[in-house]
Amino acid sequence: MTHLAPLIMILPLAGFLFVLLNGRSLGNRSVGVIATGVVGLSFLASVLTFVQVLHDHSREVTVNLFTWISVDTLHVPAAILVDPLSITMSLFVTGISTLIHWYSTAYMEGEKDFRKFFLYLNLFVFSMLTLVLANNLVLTFVGWEGVGVCSYWLVSYYFDRDAAASAGKKAFIYNRVGDVGLLVAMFLLFTHTHTLTYLGVFSSTSLLSPTVATLVVLALLLAATGKSAQIPLFNWLPDAMEGPTPVSALIHAATMVTAGVYLLVRMSPVLALSSSGRMSIAIIGGVTAFVAATIATAQKDIKKVLAFSTVSQIGYMVLAVGVGAYGAAIFLMVSHAFFKALLFLGSGSVIHSLGGEQDMRKMGGLARWLPLTFPTFLIGWLTISGVPPFAGFWSKGDVLTNVFTHNKPLWVLGVLTAILTAYYMSRLFVLTFRGSERFREVTHQHDPHESPVAMTVPLLILAVLSVFGGVLDLPWAHGFSLTHFLAPTFGYVAPSAAQSTTLQTGLALVDVAAAAIGLFAAFTIWRNRVESATFEKPFFEHVWHWDDAYDATLARPLATAAQFSSDVVEERVIDGAVEGLGGSVRRSGEGIRKLQAGMVRQYALAMVLGATVIVVYLVGRVR
Amino acid sequence: MHSSLWLSALIVLPLLGALVAMAVRRTPDAAYRVAVGVGALEVVLTLVVAVLYKSNVAGAQGYDFLSRHVVSAPLGLAYDVALDGLSLLMVVLTALVLLLSLLGGRDKRREPAFVSWLLILTSLTMGSFVAHDVLEFFVFFELTLVPCYFIISGWGAKERTRAALKFFLYTFTASAFLLIGILYMGFAYQHQHPTAALTFAYGAMAATSMSHATAVWLFVAFAVAFGAKAPVWPLHTWSPLTYAEAPTAGSIELSALLAKLGSYGLLRFAVGLLPLAQVSVRPYVLTLAVIGILYGSVLACVAADLKRFVAYSSLAQMSFITLGIMSGSTIGVTGAVLLMFNHGIITIGFFLIIGFLERRRASIQIADFAGLQGPAPVMAGLFTVAMLASIGLPGLSGFVSEYLILIGTFTTHAWWSAVAALGVLASAVYLLWAYQRVFHGRALGANATVTDASAGERWVLAPVVVLIVLLGVFPQPVLNRITPSVHTLVTQVATASVIK
Repeated sequence: MTHLAPLIMILPLAGFLFVLLNGRSLGNRSVGVIATGVVGLSFLASVLTFVQVLHDHSREVTVNLFTWISVDTLHVPAAILVDPLSITMSLFVTGISTLIHWYSTAYMEGEKDFRKFFLYLNLFVFSMLTLVLANNLVLTFVGWEGVGVCSYWLVSYYFDRDAAASAGKKAFIYNRVGDVGLLVAMFLLFTHTHTLTYLGVFSSTSLLSPTVATLVVLALLLAATGKSAQIPLFNWLPDAMEGPTPVSALIHAATMVTAGVYLLVRMSPVLALSSSGRMSIAIIGGVTAFVAATIATAQKDIKKVLAFSTVSQIGYMVLAVGVGAYGAAIFLMVSHAFFKALLFLGSGSVIHSLGGEQDMRKMGGLARWLPLTFPTFLIGWLTISGVPPFAGFWSKGDVLTNVFTHNKPLWVLGVLTAILTAYYMSRLFVLTFRGSERFREVTHQHDPHESPVAMTVPLLILAVLSVFGGVLDLPWAHGFSLTHFLAPTFGYVAPSAAQSTTLQTGLALVDVAAAAIGLFAAFTIWRNRVESATFEKPFFEHVWHWDDAYDATLARPLATAAQFSSDVVEERVIDGAVEGLGGSVRRSGEGIRKLQAGMVRQYALAMVLGATVIVVYLVGRVR
Repeated sequence: MHSSLWLSALIVLPLLGALVAMAVRRTPDAAYRVAVGVGALEVVLTLVVAVLYKSNVAGAQGYDFLSRHVVSAPLGLAYDVALDGLSLLMVVLTALVLLLSLLGGRDKRREPAFVSWLLILTSLTMGSFVAHDVLEFFVFFELTLVPCYFIISGWGAKERTRAALKFFLYTFTASAFLLIGILYMGFAYQHQHPTAALTFAYGAMAATSMSHATAVWLFVAFAVAFGAKAPVWPLHTWSPLTYAEAPTAGSIELSALLAKLGSYGLLRFAVGLLPLAQVSVRPYVLTLAVIGILYGSVLACVAADLKRFVAYSSLAQMSFITLGIMSGSTIGVTGAVLLMFNHGIITIGFFLIIGFLERRRASIQIADFAGLQGPAPVMAGLFTVAMLASIGLPGLSGFVSEYLILIGTFTTHAWWSAVAALGVLASAVYLLWAYQRVFHGRALGANATVTDASAGERWVLAPVVVLIVLLGVFPQPVLNRITPSVHTLVTQVATASVIK
């Protein structure tokens, strides 16, 4: 039954091609149904494949599709690797995608490029599935770039707005910096192991010297920082919020941005070879989680808060990878997909009800107007804040417990981040749903309206998943947990964090305390405030001046250098030298026209004569 | 082994076409129809040849359609044609360039003359690619300058005269080095084989023995001639002016096709005939290639008009080809041969679209455009396909070739490849930025009323899009035809360096 696996990928591609070729004759309604339908079927195929994997003896099956590239020693098949990791990824990617496609059919209603939106969305799902199901690095790169270009299109969806156009370009280029890392990692691996299939590389890790292994891990880390928006390449993600909100939920929260984490987990057998590489990963993750959380405390745009929150949460995942807790990283990735998709879609519902307003200062008191969005958002907020028994408490706890056993300073940073997380999310919650109604000006005194069924039902489903998602990996259910299911695909698993129940309980209490502190602080401060210079530090609001620093140290000097190359090096130095050598051609108009015929003839004659002289001389020397 | 008549037909057919086009010049449109007919027939013929081609012809190092006729024994002149994996794609490209530039770059001013020059140019280019004799190659190669000169100076833009002259002098001067090199090799061979007649046959030239120093000098002479054509940095300064001033069909011919004569010559004659020297000069040429990639990318960022923009991005792409050619790895050289074709197709796409935009707005200045995606979404989509292929998006043709070049070069010269990989980043910067300035934003004034691609324009671009996607997803049948010839060439270099 493994032959179902290709269907997971092919269905969204088929949907894309069908709408691309027949789009003009289809109404918006049918486009929405088809696009959502194929992704739903893809989810069904994933479930069936998952059941198969559960019952199969061998949980590692390669399905060959065709030979893509084969030259000399380089063989790159188009082939799928079905194993616990790839099927787990497929399940949550297709599941969340289905919900968000459905949600979008209502959210995007009335948009001019409705059809194009779903084309991009289907192509995105196909690319994401290629990324996770590929059996080799090059095919993963196909998906890796594919999701990048879909993200580019969807971020600059409102292309007539300059901000959107620039944000799309910025996202793609920041990602490309990371891609250079992935390319170099592939080149190093191929040069030393002569293969690029995952299983091939893992079986020849002995060919990698410690130095090469570290270089590979650092190159992979660079790739991950680009795609997963980590320091130093994280600042494209907040700009990417220019895209429609379902896109932010699907691509820039639940799926694509976790691809970097997936790549690192997938390559765990190589990560096992370099402890300094793993340490770098842990530091990048921990620091990003903290820095992004500080920035989120001072943002005024509801989507920006969620964007930095995403950066911060992925930081936790990267941190988990760095300490070898791969299971915890994937657990957090899956539960984060549930609650962050929920929060983004909920914020979309809020924005929808206010006719497009995203500034939290112009919201407030929405709880009574949005009877379905409010309770589901409340669940999302409690989940991300780490309040038991919601999914976030278990998954974040899993990460922090593992970090505690390996690196105490990073654990402290992680707990601080947890406090900040509870704080900024509560601030967002209070400013949006509680307090006075400040939106009347925006809605022209109308009452806000709850969103249609197609938008609220996905919210309800995600809320249920956020409540119960924790059961995927409860700390005392060793035999039936996600980590246990995934374990065979990891190269090196950190020693179990669950050494003593007392320690675990203690750490869990610390997590609960962190959440309580954050919640309490936010309610105290923001119950009666809308903005505050004391609590919204300009330094945080301006993203630690990260963009300005890049502008001053990279962008502007490069622009100057480019202009200099064009005006001076190209025009005067190179062309000047050539024209000086070949006689001045730089005379224009009449003079040239008269000269031209004669000059060409003279040149021809001179060349032939010159050539003859040289040849005669050379031949003379030979004899 | 197949009959060499196939190749002769490819050379003769466009010449006949040119004659017929001139003969029917009094009837309006007749010359154009003849030319399009010849172009279509030529495309079909080359596709048949490509399918027939057998990469493993016994004992001929992968040469097929082989035949040799001495034209003039005292001069050493012969008609000698053959086809192998290095030239196969170039032959197909030559025919495609003719057909597509006729269909998409039609110029109705003095049309019979225009299409005749295009047909003659095609015949000469075809001859260069199938020539299996070094002197014969030089004759074809050099003669292509004549139709090029007249196309640019006759149908170009405002500064066409200066552009045509600069182009002519640049390449003519550079090819003088080539002639010297070729004559030297021929005479040296005759000196070593006193009983043999004067010959410039490819096989004989490869067997000429010479000192290492001589080989290096010959390599440098070849590299200058082919480097000016390709172009290789810093011999590129004719190309921005010439591409910008030439008519659409001329820009396509020059950048998509004739530039490949440079890289093809570098591979076939410099690397192929002087394997020992190649090993010595490799680091220098690789360095020039890496500089060309970065320099071309930087200047593409600040180019003011679309044709100069493509000229500089082509400099970067051609430098990738040079990198692959000099990599000394079968994977890298295969990638380079494939990129010669892919870059040709992508460039046809770019220049056709630029030509279409020029028709609408009578300008190619980037600053004159804005927000065209609004009024012309299909045009924007077609440009996007060419752009993404050029960026090297996997799944499209550009990726396969660029990836092979980089990974192949990495196995032999890791640092050069690692720096060149920055070109992958740079291409995204300049292409997306140009796209944003032309297609994104709000379309106002004349830009708001730009019409979308017409049915005819879409049909001309259809083969470009199909080839970009097809060679991105299923490149293997093409790679199977290239690799054996490349492998023979690279192992010959490897053997030579072992002997050294």
